[in-house]
Amino acid sequence: MTVALSGKEIAAKLEKQFPGSVIESSEDSLLIKPESLLDVASFLKTTPEFNCDYLTTITAVDYRDYFEAVYILTSLEHNHSLKLKTRCHDRKNPSLPSVFSLWRAADLQEREIFDLFGIKFDGHPNMKRIVLWEGFPGHPLRKDWQGGN
Amino acid sequence: MAVEKLPGRYIYDDKELDRSEGEGIEALKAHSQDVIPDPDKWLDEELKANILLTSVDALLNWARRSSMWPVLFAPACCAFELICTAASRFDISRFGMEIMRASPRQADLMITAGTITWKMAPQVKRIYDQMAEPKWVIAMGACAISGGIFTGSYAVVPGYNRIIPVDVYIPGCPPRPEALLHGIRTLQSKIAKRSLLQEGK
Repeated sequence: MTVALSGKEIAAKLEKQFPGSVIESSEDSLLIKPESLLDVASFLKTTPEFNCDYLTTITAVDYRDYFEAVYILTSLEHNHSLKLKTRCHDRKNPSLPSVFSLWRAADLQEREIFDLFGIKFDGHPNMKRIVLWEGFPGHPLRKDWQGGN
Repeated sequence: MAVEKLPGRYIYDDKELDRSEGEGIEALKAHSQDVIPDPDKWLDEELKANILLTSVDALLNWARRSSMWPVLFAPACCAFELICTAASRFDISRFGMEIMRASPRQADLMITAGTITWKMAPQVKRIYDQMAEPKWVIAMGACAISGGIFTGSYAVVPGYNRIIPVDVYIPGCPPRPEALLHGIRTLQSKIAKRSLLQEGK
């Protein structure tokens, strides 16, 4: 079985490396500031101790007050995984840094999140809709979206 | 050492063998002097004595409904029931429609086995448009009729009849093969009532 890393333990290490990057940590996840997302993700990918070489999934949740993006990182070498979260409070023009430069797997998943939630990923080379068609009104997985048949 | 002759007809001698072969040929030849009459000779006379009278509609409808070829088209899970219907247990070839055509240009019938999304809808309409007249559509399952459980979704077409005309609706999620066969029979009886004069209307 893949071991889920403790967010608390990693938070202590991250605090040393990037002070102020961690907002909240729990046993199963780690909430970090969007500004330091790329630094933290890059650190988790390149440090041999973590070696998170595989991006399992990215997903997003609409909590009405803010959007939360959830990254599940996995190390194929150490067989452990980690849940990384970051929030975006701007509802009008939401954006987050793209992790495309670290994991190519982010390409389609970030586009899907943009399609369904409207969160723009800065630094993504091809930020456009993927599932729905051009001209579709709004982003249907937002809680305040009105429409449908 | 002398060979012991066993009871029965055995030939141990070369000359005896040749003679026996010659006897066989002569016997067949003697019996084959006359031509055997054609066993189907009576057919000619019988056909001449028969005239079948029917209307153009009846003949045309009979031909059309007896060899409906479905287009190979299955967007979602109802496809499995469609596949079962085509397989040996239920066997739609009993109704003259076992040949699923991979090209819509050779097909008469579209069995809409599954959910259709708006993104897929233009392709479905295109397949329908490519089918040659006369053509029919069976809406198979809840999704095909009304969108089914996805009917409120932003992505799903609430029923095929939004994009193409549907002749027969088969409810179920999914309908069993028996239900599909019943739908097909229903369509066949619908075709039987069609008239050439109604075409294009």
